[in-house]
Amino acid sequence: MTLETKQKKPDGYLMLFLALLILSVNLLLISGKMPAYYKGILGFAGINIILAVSLNLINGITGQFSLGHAGFMAVGAYVSALISIYLKWPLILALLLGAVVAALLGIIIGLPTLRLKGDYLAIATLGMGEIIRVVLLNLEITKGARGLTAIPRSTSIYLVELVAFITVIFTVNLMRSTHGRALLSIREDEIASEAMGINTTFYKVFAFATGAFFAGLAGGLFAHLMGYIAPKNFEFMRSIEILVMVVLGGLGSITGSIVATIILTILPEALRSFSQYRMVLYSGLLIIMMLFRPQGLMGTKELQVREVFRLFGFGGGKNV
Amino acid sequence: MAPLCLIKKEGVEMGLFIQQIVNGIALGSIYALIALGYTMVYGIIRLINFAHGDIYMLGAFVGYFALTTYKLPFGVSLALAMLIPALLGMLIERVAYRPLRKAPSIAVLITAIGVSLLIENLAMLWFSPDPRPFPQIFPLRPLELSGIRVSIPQVIVFITAVILMMALNFLVQKTKVGKAMRAVSQDKEAASLMGIDINRIISLTFALGSALAGAAGVMVGVIYPRIQPLMGVMPGLKAFVAAVLGGIGSIPGAMLGGLIMGLTESLVTALISSTWRDAIAFSLLIVILLVKPTGILGKSMREKV
Repeated sequence: MTLETKQKKPDGYLMLFLALLILSVNLLLISGKMPAYYKGILGFAGINIILAVSLNLINGITGQFSLGHAGFMAVGAYVSALISIYLKWPLILALLLGAVVAALLGIIIGLPTLRLKGDYLAIATLGMGEIIRVVLLNLEITKGARGLTAIPRSTSIYLVELVAFITVIFTVNLMRSTHGRALLSIREDEIASEAMGINTTFYKVFAFATGAFFAGLAGGLFAHLMGYIAPKNFEFMRSIEILVMVVLGGLGSITGSIVATIILTILPEALRSFSQYRMVLYSGLLIIMMLFRPQGLMGTKELQVREVFRLFGFGGGKNV
Repeated sequence: MAPLCLIKKEGVEMGLFIQQIVNGIALGSIYALIALGYTMVYGIIRLINFAHGDIYMLGAFVGYFALTTYKLPFGVSLALAMLIPALLGMLIERVAYRPLRKAPSIAVLITAIGVSLLIENLAMLWFSPDPRPFPQIFPLRPLELSGIRVSIPQVIVFITAVILMMALNFLVQKTKVGKAMRAVSQDKEAASLMGIDINRIISLTFALGSALAGAAGVMVGVIYPRIQPLMGVMPGLKAFVAAVLGGIGSIPGAMLGGLIMGLTESLVTALISSTWRDAIAFSLLIVILLVKPTGILGKSMREKV
């Protein structure tokens, strides 16, 4: 990386850092020292990372404001759970099929709605998420509001971690590729990028479908981790929660999304002792955060281990 | 919100149909009142004010406490239920939205969602999440008009809504303040060069919109007498849909959109099933956005490069 590039990209250190983090968490897991409660939180954090990073691909990197991510998650969760219950296929196949159906739905919904811009797109995707939820409430096979029970709880935390890791690596590499540059250019100026010969419709739908694919995957993992899903798991609030993670982390910053997701998954648990005031504090923090740092924790920057070293006075300003 | 006044008559399909139109108009006038606030705020600062549905909920609670705890007459309660939300709307705008006026729209939208969550959770903390029965002030005895039953609360809701909308229309179209509001929504900079205090006008817009939402909260308590802290979420979203349907930024559009929304919902409830009601509202939104994104009465805005 040279000095000329102002916007920092995730570097090799980041991968090392992530690998170390996951390794140390796993050592704890394997040693069996981790209580089940923390294991649960860890699983949710992993699923939330998949959701947040995939939403960041749509909202932060491509700049298309989507408020319907929980809808795709629901599709992935229901399709994979139904496959596991009725067809008894292996977990990986069920998860992949759920994700593919979510991605196909992303293409079907994305093609017409992505013509809309800004607030209108946000409200259309919100409506889409709600429609998916109402359909799930009314279908025979999804058992309505009672939801699906007795889904085999075959997901392990290691699998969640692996998928989260793949999601992050995929997104980071995508951002650096030609296609990723096309997505970024759409965020910066759609008209200019169209004038440069970028097929904006294709790339917008591509980002939408890819985001939906990973959201579907996260939904499948969620279903097989909980063993029980109902339409109320995928309400409009769920989309908002994911969006808040992305925005707090900084739109377009992958590491920001990860950090914000971990904070926002642990924070409500940590505040559980004052459970009455928990959501009040959460929403208050959200408003204050937006008022004083509307670009999010990281802006569009990425967390770099080199910068952290420098912060603590270890110098090391050499470029890698 | 399930229409309680749904009256089923076996074998009288036409009667049921007209009955549902009556119910739909009553529900639609409530949606219209909420939609007005959305459309005015969006028209003036391009913000989807997610907290608007919660303002409506607070209106219902102010009305409830005025009527039960303080035993005030209905007119005074309604006035209070408009005044307190109006002040709160101004406060929210001042504290949460004004500092972000130059920020990217996504940041403001997230703040609005935060404000909405804050109000909902504070309300659950103070009022408890359990539903409360709204006092029955008007006799439930229906008026029979050639086989169609119109309940007295429905008539009162419809008349109050029409009066409020006429008052708003007068204010916006005929007074100096209304002229200023229209000017600010067209071009903020030009308006401020003409000596209009933009901040004051925006505050006033929030106050007006919130007052109408507060009134809608009392109205809904009159027709469907159960109120609870999360009652504003769905009607809020649907009223926004109504505003988009009618053409966002257009005041007659919001009224029309609200009525269409109420009618569609009550007909879908009667003809198909009440569980599909929410999906219909949002499908309507997506169709409108794809076919005519400016809505029925909205003016198109050209994209500037």
